[in-house]
Order: sequence, then structure tokens, then C-alpha cells
Amino acid sequence: MEFVGKIFTLAVTAIFVQNFVLSRFLGLCPYIGVSKKLDSALGMGMAVIFVMTMASTFTWLIQTYLLIPLDLKYLQTIAFILTIASLVQLVEMIIQKTAPALYKALGVFLPLITTNCAVLGVAILNINEEFNFIESVLNGFFAGLGFTLVLLLMAGIRERLDKADVPKSMKGMPIAMVVAGCMALAFLGFSGLKI
Amino acid sequence: MKLTQEFTKGFIKENPVFVMALGLCPTLAVTTSVENAIGMGLAATFVLLFSNIFISLIKKIIPDKIRIPSYIVVIASFVTIVDMVMNAYFPAIHKNLGLFIPLIVVNCIILGRAEAFANKNTVIRSIVDGLGMGLGFTLALIVIGGIREILGVGQFLGHNVLPVSYKPVIVAILAPGAFLVMGVLMGLMNMKKTK
Repeated sequence: MEFVGKIFTLAVTAIFVQNFVLSRFLGLCPYIGVSKKLDSALGMGMAVIFVMTMASTFTWLIQTYLLIPLDLKYLQTIAFILTIASLVQLVEMIIQKTAPALYKALGVFLPLITTNCAVLGVAILNINEEFNFIESVLNGFFAGLGFTLVLLLMAGIRERLDKADVPKSMKGMPIAMVVAGCMALAFLGFSGLKI
Repeated sequence: MKLTQEFTKGFIKENPVFVMALGLCPTLAVTTSVENAIGMGLAATFVLLFSNIFISLIKKIIPDKIRIPSYIVVIASFVTIVDMVMNAYFPAIHKNLGLFIPLIVVNCIILGRAEAFANKNTVIRSIVDGLGMGLGFTLALIVIGGIREILGVGQFLGHNVLPVSYKPVIVAILAPGAFLVMGVLMGLMNMKKTK
């Protein structure tokens, strides 16, 4: 039972309390850039969940079985970003061959993910928080889920915002920022959760 | 373009944060105080300057197909240097910036300048461009950090600037404040541009 409780805590923390976008400020570029339409936001979200889970898995293995035994911890940043970049490339090729339909939906988003700081962020956080293997993988998955949740919310709001009467100089990015601020205020409420 | 113009374009006209909306994650995350803003700005400027120099030196050797991974390796090496130097000499700022120092690797300003400028220009011009853009980034961080610190705690660089009777708006230094200040500042920039 203790294990289930731990997973639940991990999930609530990664999705709500310490949401990657609204409280840790990770992955803002896609959050603002790909939130104009609901369906592309969904595609991006799915791609991020997938890559974040994979990246958490592989970077944890590399840190534990390669960098620590060889005493190369100072190469962490370089090793992780290379892992993520090649992982994204690999995933892209595999999906293209095996699931063309999925590739069509996710294709354009995959290259963008390499420079999404949420992916490198979750990999480094897993190490800093000293998570074990299962916790790292789950944390990657839940963090991706949290990212997708706020991305979808934002896309929904922005689709309606198009029809709203916004002052000319606030159109586009500025109003998106203010909306994000209001969402962050709402999410701030979750930080009262003590678990 | 003259060298002086190349240097000053990053300050206002092509400011990486306010005009081009690049590097949003560190911009919003570390601007809780002016001190952190300066630390982050200078760290990024250092990486930008040296990656610009290095990439413009080796641009003829790198095959076109693998140029992005090569840039990332160059940038990651300089980030590792900054990470270690800051940890050794400025441990307090290093602790405050935390995760966002290794994340300079995926800061789109740096990769953006490598791809859009250092890749095509001479070493001298790349130095000037790197310095100008880096300082423009620092300037933007100081402006946002200044507003948030004054509103949030009534101080500037740790000195009281507002009367004691001023009640700090704590939300300004929390996550939502970052989005709101950024949104309003971008709106003001737009207003100035359209006039």
C-alpha cells in the first residue's frame, strides 16, 4: 500500500503542486507557441509525454550505470542533452516506419522537443531528487501529463480568446502571458496541499 | 551593418526577450530578484559569447547535416564550465539559479544566434553580436527582476527603495507575477512599436 501512496503523491506533485509550466517555468516556449489550436496542442502534449517518459528512463540508466561508476558526473549536462537529442531522432524514425498515422500527428512536434527545457529539466530533477528507477520513469510520465493538461487548458482558452475584444497592443503573446498568469494563480492554490 | 549597430541592436530593436520572445523559461524563472537576474544574464552572456566565437571559427569544418548536434555539444561544454565556475566562486547565486544553469544549454537564444549569426559571419562580428545579444538579455532580465523585486518586497538589489508603509504585493515574486509582469511589458513594447 505504501508504494501506491508514494506513486499517488508523485502524481499529484508533478501534475498540480509543482506543475512544470506554471510553477517551475519549464517548457514555456511550446506552451506559448503551440497553444493556438486544440488539436495541435493535443499532438504536442502526447509527444511530450512520450519523450519525457523515455528520456527519464534512459538518462537515469546512463547516470547510474555509466556516469557514476566511471566518475564522470561533470559530463552530466552534455551526456543528457545528447541522449535526449538522439532519443528524439530515434523515436521519430521508429514511429515513421511502424506507425505512419501516429507520425503524421506527432511528426512536426518531435524535432521541437529536443530544445524543450522541460525534457532536460525532468532528467536533471530526477537525479537531483535522488529518485530510484521506477520513481524516475513515473515522474517523467506524470510531469508530461501535467504539461499536457495546462497546454490543453491554454489552447481551449486561446481559441475563445480569438473572438474576444482584446486591446490591439495586447493581442497575441502579451494576452497569452496574462492568461498564463491567471492560470498560475489558480494553480498556486494547489501548493497548500500537504501530502 | 556597422559594428556599433551590430552591438546595440540586441538592446532594444532586436531584444531577444521582449521582441523575439526567446529564452522565456529562464527569463520568468530567475527574475525573482535583481541579483539573480544579473547572475543568470551574465552566465548566459558568457556562454553566448564563447559559443559564438567557437562556432564561427569552426563553421567551415562542420558538415551541414550534423551542425545542430555539433552546436549543442559546443554550447553544453561552455555551460558545464560556467556551472563549475559559479559553483566554486558564487555558491549562493548558483544555489538560487539551481536547475536553470544546466538548462542554459536549451536556451533558444544561444542556439538561435549560433544558427542565425555565428554560422554565417566572421569571428569579430560574432563576438560583437554575442556580447550585444547577451547584454540585451541581461538588461531584459534586470528590468523584469527590478519590477518584481520592487513590487514584491519593496527592495532593489536588497536595498529598501519604498517607504516602510508600503505593503509588498507578494504575488509579484511568486510564479503568477512573472507571467503578469511579462505580459504587461510585452504589451507596452507593442504599443510603442505601433505608435
